[in-house]
Amino acid sequence: MNTTLPPTTGPQPEAPRAAPRPAFTHDWRRIARMGSVAAFGQVFIALSNMPVRLDERLIVKPVLSLGYLVLLILPFAAGYRQGHQIKRENMPVCAPGPNEVVGGFLCGLITGGGLSLLAVLVTHFDLREPLVNWSPVLLDLLSFSNEMWFAVVIWLAIGAGMGAAGGVLRLLGPKSHRVVVTMALAVAGAAVLESLVVDVAEGLGLEPLTDRLYAPRGGVAWPSALGLAAVSGLLAVLGRGRFRQARVRHAQMEGAQRTRANLGLIIATAAVLIVLPLFAGKLTNELLANVGLFVLLALGLNVVVGLAGILDLGYVAFFAVGSYTAAVLTAATSPKIAPEMPWLVALIVVVIITGLVGLFIGAPVIRMRGDYLAIVTLGFGEIIRLLFLSDWLSGWFGGSQGITKIPGAGIFGITEVSGTDPRRVFYLVLAFCVVAIYISWRLERSRLGRAWMAVREDETVAEAMGINTVNVKLLAFVVGAVLGSFSGAIFAAKVGSVFPASFLILVSIVILVVVIFGGMGNIIGVIAGSAVLIGVLGGPKQPGLLAEFSEFKLLIYGALLIWMMLARPEGLIPSVRRTRELRQQEMAQDAWLRGQVDDDDAGGADGPRPAVQP
Amino acid sequence: MTDMQAAAGAAAAGVRQPLLETRRLSVDFGGLKALDDLDLEIYEGEIVSVIGPNGAGKTTLFNAITATVESSDGDIVFEGQSLLGLDPNRVTSSGIARTFQNVRLFANMSVLENVMVSQHCRTKQHAFGALLYTKAFRQEEAEIRQRAEEILGFFGTRLVGYRMDQPAFTLSYANRRRLEIARAMATQPKLILLDEPVAGMNPVESAELTGLIGRLRDEWGFAIVVIEHDMGVVREVSDRVVVLDHGVKIAEGDYADVANDPQVIEAYLGKGAGDP
Amino acid sequence: MSRRARSRKAPRTGVDWFLTFLRVAALTVVAVGLLAFIAQEISTDNPFARWANPDATGLTGAQFRGLIVSGIAQGAMYGLIALGYSMVYGVLGFINFAHGEVFMVGAMTGMITSNKLADAGYWESNFIGSLVLIVVVSVIVCSLTAVIMERVAYRPLRGSPRLIPLITSIGVSFFLQNASVVLLGPAAKAYPDVPDWLKSKHTFLGIEGARILVILVAAASMICLWYLVERTKSGRAMRAVAEDAEIAELMGIDVNRTIVKVFALGGAMAGMAGILWGILFRSVIHTTGFLPGIKAFSAAVVGGIGHLGGAMAGGLSIGVAESVGPLLILEPLGVSGVSQLRDAVAFAVLIGVLLLRPSGLFGERLPSEDRT
Repeated sequence: MNTTLPPTTGPQPEAPRAAPRPAFTHDWRRIARMGSVAAFGQVFIALSNMPVRLDERLIVKPVLSLGYLVLLILPFAAGYRQGHQIKRENMPVCAPGPNEVVGGFLCGLITGGGLSLLAVLVTHFDLREPLVNWSPVLLDLLSFSNEMWFAVVIWLAIGAGMGAAGGVLRLLGPKSHRVVVTMALAVAGAAVLESLVVDVAEGLGLEPLTDRLYAPRGGVAWPSALGLAAVSGLLAVLGRGRFRQARVRHAQMEGAQRTRANLGLIIATAAVLIVLPLFAGKLTNELLANVGLFVLLALGLNVVVGLAGILDLGYVAFFAVGSYTAAVLTAATSPKIAPEMPWLVALIVVVIITGLVGLFIGAPVIRMRGDYLAIVTLGFGEIIRLLFLSDWLSGWFGGSQGITKIPGAGIFGITEVSGTDPRRVFYLVLAFCVVAIYISWRLERSRLGRAWMAVREDETVAEAMGINTVNVKLLAFVVGAVLGSFSGAIFAAKVGSVFPASFLILVSIVILVVVIFGGMGNIIGVIAGSAVLIGVLGGPKQPGLLAEFSEFKLLIYGALLIWMMLARPEGLIPSVRRTRELRQQEMAQDAWLRGQVDDDDAGGADGPRPAVQP
Repeated sequence: MTDMQAAAGAAAAGVRQPLLETRRLSVDFGGLKALDDLDLEIYEGEIVSVIGPNGAGKTTLFNAITATVESSDGDIVFEGQSLLGLDPNRVTSSGIARTFQNVRLFANMSVLENVMVSQHCRTKQHAFGALLYTKAFRQEEAEIRQRAEEILGFFGTRLVGYRMDQPAFTLSYANRRRLEIARAMATQPKLILLDEPVAGMNPVESAELTGLIGRLRDEWGFAIVVIEHDMGVVREVSDRVVVLDHGVKIAEGDYADVANDPQVIEAYLGKGAGDP
Repeated sequence: MSRRARSRKAPRTGVDWFLTFLRVAALTVVAVGLLAFIAQEISTDNPFARWANPDATGLTGAQFRGLIVSGIAQGAMYGLIALGYSMVYGVLGFINFAHGEVFMVGAMTGMITSNKLADAGYWESNFIGSLVLIVVVSVIVCSLTAVIMERVAYRPLRGSPRLIPLITSIGVSFFLQNASVVLLGPAAKAYPDVPDWLKSKHTFLGIEGARILVILVAAASMICLWYLVERTKSGRAMRAVAEDAEIAELMGIDVNRTIVKVFALGGAMAGMAGILWGILFRSVIHTTGFLPGIKAFSAAVVGGIGHLGGAMAGGLSIGVAESVGPLLILEPLGVSGVSQLRDAVAFAVLIGVLLLRPSGLFGERLPSEDRT
């Protein structure tokens, strides 16, 4: 309700900046709260065995392992965060000063206290019974293989140091801030992408380069880490703002020019995606294929959740039906009927059957309230898995034994795609992703897409405006199902066997996290979300680049889902519309501050309008 | 409105079948009769105002006609066809559009999209057309857009230009009301139901909209039913006024008759108020 | 809107026909199954009994009673969990998907405490005392979990679109489950052995003692809760907030505190259920919360969201349905391995209820803005 805002003097470009606050004038409660939350997080991470597991993975050899990085990042973040000031209109903002550093120091000290306390407790009590990771190994890690007192001192010191460093980061101006962040990201990125880079470099014959970059047994070698930081820092200084400028330019382009720019971008991306696998080894291609499968699934779920606004928690059902149908139709070992169709022919049947299943599941649920619908689809997802698992239908689907020895996917007799050659799988997945992208892109910009949007906004009104909401939603459900069945069919051919255990509800949840993380309703966002999450952390059963994380990835997915909803519900790369929906009030206020709001014309009445009664 | 137009409406009524007719329409809310045996006729090209005190069943009448509430008895006939049992979307596609008392736009869609999406029931292209990007599809999209712009143009310069691409929530209150009417027009109805179109507007805006309602009938040929509390507006626009109280029609006729009807005065002001 | 009843003479759309078909099909399956079961009970030799399932044996009276009692015991636990779903939905209008995980936390806490007590020898020497102790600990831990959950994940989201807190709660559920895996390990963990009188079948009418205990404790908790909500000042505040939070605030009720109390109470009930689960099945694993959680949610819907007695009644009916349903209906129809389909049956009941009667048996009490 922009019209109810009080009138003021118009846009305020810059809030007045005051001098830095002197040190020791802190919000002590805030520091204590942040510090203890971070300390709690530290202890949780330590007890979850994450540091021990991740200790194998070296970031910068021999200085820093991923395990310690995880422990160091929290006091740093707490120290940085406590210096955050809420900017209010017309309120002076204090310039960052020594206050921030001292606050960060204290905050980090409290955080470090958590681990110190843990070290003491681990030495004196044995809680191994419920807490499986309460072990000498943990103490060893905490104390750097020294005495207990060393652990106490060192973690207090590290915590305080990292916290203060976090405070120092506040002191930096925006430019140097960016440079520091870029340097850190470059080194971390190089470490995370290690296996990928090594693999591709091998294919390109660039081993000497990677041999120099990475230490023999993993991790970025420290001299090259310094070099990398220096180079990326330099680039950040030189290229300052270029990227943003380019984006603004792109946003301002119109008509043919814009189309041309987009086309250029698309061709470049396509070229990279087509050429890259040729030089990559098996592992990289496997990873790419897995990511591709999840991109396909996420694109399908995006039609249902992102475009039509139906929260489908049983999306895995379509993946399962697609896989099983493809398996039954193509495998010679299928228990009941084994028509041994060629894969492409089977695909047509798969699409039809999954579409029908989509109708079958969709029809009863489509009129339900959004939250009931979510639970019921979850129920259907589970029922479908239980049916595949049951003895009752094991004559058809093999029960818990599943269907094995599924042949690869033959493409017009030119080539056969199977799990033994992940490169071909990737190309197949890529082709289907292109189809899925095209479908969602075209539908979003059609009459149907607008109807989905309207249904998402207000179902009652959409119905009153002549939209058959049931049909429109059902169609979204079916389109999503069909897209999900594509990846199911490819999955069956790729893995060569299907088991009920591959289709747990958690697959649905992971896809949902991917879609939300990337940005619901935005194709690019969804793709980026799958690439980052599935590529780095891995899917429910598929390893990612950080294979050491496999034990913790579900935990991280859960935490990520909560965090995204709290901090950035519109996702990494949000769609314009979702942002509007979630931040309507803020945007209306911003528009009003910029003077863009339509402050009426004819009468020019200000302020809230009273309802006129006779 | 002039007497002449009212007479023309009445003459047309004599010859032709009513456009919309409710026959002994009743709506029950768990024992409470929101509408009780209501007979109502709306003829083509007519502007009818429905007035009555709060809780008289005016909005319920609209909801019953558009099938958002279930009618418990009686019949609703539109162009000789019963509307009973149709889904709201079918009612709309048969030619009845409405606005809402508490402005319900698709707030996050742009102004233009709001009008475009409302043409849904008048357009045909389905998923395959969009996927194959056929000529028919492109043509229809262009038509939808053109018609939307045309409809928005009806409201002068207020909803066109840069505003067309802004989300509806940035609109001012009066413009939201206008956009609601534009949206109703986009469904290409024969009959538009306006639920308190000038509520909350200042006198200037409300006078302008009153003129607009007349133009809606004259230029676009819609029959219009208006629920309105503002008696000035009612007097201006109506060919005929229907007064409801407790779900029962207590008076019907032109404005002057109704305004002097003792029963109406009683309903509004209480028993005995009409006596000298 | 979504619950708009169809009028007379309604021309039906494809979806309607399909739904009618589904309803008829479901009723037919149930009816035929029941008839076949009755035929079996009369005599296993008659052709109707053998028609679908030639190996039909029927059930003896004792078996039948056993199934019913175990269904009731199970259902009492679902009912206790359902209270939490129901109260939170009633007050905040969203499904707290993570509530099943609170129940899991309760069972885990009980497991840890009881094992510690067993190590100390107190479990054998004073079983009732230990039981009270683990109940107290578990209730406190679960209330705390629920309250923290509300504070961290749900309070900042109040007033956002209604699917947002639901998605968040899915995240919370996922997080709690996997936190249990990384902290306590992925293996199933056992409760210490319970005294014989809980295990023996001859205590009372041939019913296992543990089941009687479960039913009694559940009934007692239910009565306490009912008293709290219906007869005390904070209970009145809860009901007021459930009715309309904004107005309640204007009437001087501290809404935040009331909501915290609602979560704490729901958590306490889940903790209680967790202990009962542990005593009855004596094994707990990180996924323990998922299925009972979903079933308890169905129970809350069956009884009518926001209705305390309804939640309990719904729990009992779901428990009995999943206990006798497969044997009563599916087995006579010749479906093999029916016990595997237990959970599928529970889900089918959920879907059936939401399909046929989304407002539950006793009608729902929702926050006023959710009534359409």
